[in-house]
Amino acid sequence: MSRDDKTEPKTVINESGIEIAPLYGADEVEASGGFGFVGRPGEYPFTRGIHPLMYRKQPWTMRQYTGFGNAEQTNERFRYLIANGQTGLNVAFDLPTQCGLDSGDPLAEGEVGRVGMAVDTLRDFEIAFEGIDLDRITVSLTINGSAAILIAMYLAMAEKRGYDIARLRGTAQNDILKEFIGRGTWIFPVEPSIRLVGDTIEYCARHAPKYSPVSVCGYHIRESGATPAQEMAYAFCIAKAYADEVLRRGLPIDEFAGRLSYNFNIFGNIFEQVAKFRAGRGLWAKIMKEQYGAQKPGSMWLRMIAGGGGGGLTFEQPEVNIVRGAYYALIAALSGAQTMALCCYDEAYTIPSEYAQRISLRTMQLMIEEMGLTDTVDPLGGSWYVETLTNRMRQAMEEIMAEVDAQGGIVRLISEGIIQAKVSAQAYRRQRDIESGKFRKVGVNCYRIEGEEERKVEMHPYHEEDAQRQVERLNGIRAQRDARRAREALERVRADARSGANLMPAILEAVQGYCSVGEIASELVGVFGRYHEPIRF
Amino acid sequence: MNVRSRPLRVVVAKPGLDGHDQGAKVVVRALMDAGMEVIYTGLRQSPEAVARIALEEDVDVIALSSMAGSHLPFCRRLKPLLEVNGLGDKLWVIGGNLPAQDHAALRALGFEGIFPTGTRLDDIVAFIREKRG
Repeated sequence: MSRDDKTEPKTVINESGIEIAPLYGADEVEASGGFGFVGRPGEYPFTRGIHPLMYRKQPWTMRQYTGFGNAEQTNERFRYLIANGQTGLNVAFDLPTQCGLDSGDPLAEGEVGRVGMAVDTLRDFEIAFEGIDLDRITVSLTINGSAAILIAMYLAMAEKRGYDIARLRGTAQNDILKEFIGRGTWIFPVEPSIRLVGDTIEYCARHAPKYSPVSVCGYHIRESGATPAQEMAYAFCIAKAYADEVLRRGLPIDEFAGRLSYNFNIFGNIFEQVAKFRAGRGLWAKIMKEQYGAQKPGSMWLRMIAGGGGGGLTFEQPEVNIVRGAYYALIAALSGAQTMALCCYDEAYTIPSEYAQRISLRTMQLMIEEMGLTDTVDPLGGSWYVETLTNRMRQAMEEIMAEVDAQGGIVRLISEGIIQAKVSAQAYRRQRDIESGKFRKVGVNCYRIEGEEERKVEMHPYHEEDAQRQVERLNGIRAQRDARRAREALERVRADARSGANLMPAILEAVQGYCSVGEIASELVGVFGRYHEPIRF
Repeated sequence: MNVRSRPLRVVVAKPGLDGHDQGAKVVVRALMDAGMEVIYTGLRQSPEAVARIALEEDVDVIALSSMAGSHLPFCRRLKPLLEVNGLGDKLWVIGGNLPAQDHAALRALGFEGIFPTGTRLDDIVAFIREKRG
């Protein structure tokens, strides 16, 4: 349409496929289903928030994703962030740790400590969290394929320091199904992978009931090419798959659903994002109540970390990402996220510098201190536009979930690579639309400045000798530990993997005996085998 | 210009432990749309596996996608394996999160095409066609 055609406004359709009107009023809300799903914060269906007072009672937890090199270097960065007002930790592990390999494994060459902290044994956890009060600072472990081992390490470390596991709070990402869609740190085939998630949920429900053993991630599904509505719908399908696994073991829904949590992405259209979160809260509550018969309100709560959003940031003109991050934080606050993590402006280049991390932290802090975002619950509630869009987004998510069920369920669609092919086709179309200028990205396909980006970013150094030191530490521990205890613990891991028993007690024994991530994972691989990626386009 | 008897064959590989495959899969689709035959390896390929697949699939182009920073150590191990397998005359290209400070080293290792974040798909296709079309 030409610019001088003033008779008709151009059609606007958001990323989730919902057409946006130029103006909203009460009629549009009615046509979309009315105000029936709104309710009050702290009450079913929780669209406006899971707590009655939300941030008025307690602002969001600030939890920047951090970790690199070895446990000493990571501990130093943790302390820096806490000294700067961060209220939680979110640990990044290197790829060998995430893939269940020891630092000395040939496949780990060049990767030790590169994108996160290297962890081989309990000793690394003892060092990483030294001097950090685990009652005051809750810790989130971004770990998936090897999550059962790392959760065990965290519990063992806390117990050793005198914390009561029954009261210990914290979160593990431990969402393996989304790793098969995006992020890719899987180890075992789909079925035993789900069993391991079930083992951690069941174990924590019985022994560490305040610990959140899973954070189901729409985040990476969105990064892989999903729309905002798909992001949330697929995450719900995955959470249901885990819930079904635990229910099969005879644990009632209200004994574990309250510790399921979520991790969502934020980039793109502000109102679509806010509506996504409001819609998601209402839909998850409805699913838990109506499909699962949950009774406790906590079982119906959509608890989440939100922020991000790597996919929205650009390599071009990186300092503009600071502004994008501020909008993402604003969206998270307007959406009622319990916890925030913001991507740093330099993330397309390198591990974030202290400076970049501090800017992200200050972004969240100034919303609390200066902007009034903690004063009132769900400040956009009641807007005709936001309420209409919330209804439409919820309906879109329900349609996507029904489609998944009709096609055989999320586990099948992931196992066969069908979801992966679908979102990657969308990512390809989006990239073409960016390159043609149809989908606008500031600094990328409009308002470009050629060739001045890199000098604005301080590159994080990588020291190969740190990797060697990590291998030496592991070798030293192997030489010193009680060899018989370690061997017997590993034998029990293998036996329990075979028998179908819950693996957590055996894995805990193994980490307490200073068995390594790689040793424990290879016992499990010996029984379960390895995942083979379906290649489908 | 030579008339090719068959479409260009490209292996797109994900080296090492890096699990970020969104970009690699986007590039695979772009090359397929451009009429090339693409073999996508999936994640977690060792240097030995990349060399073996390239040899078995009789490819014209060996393309790596690296997002997690281990491109230099990986490529240093891959180079002699490609050469010993007689793949030294193929076109080697790499894309992803590749800091400018590493480009000269990648070129010295034999990677003619270096496509850092922000490269247009059509430019990748055009580069491959120009070198091997």
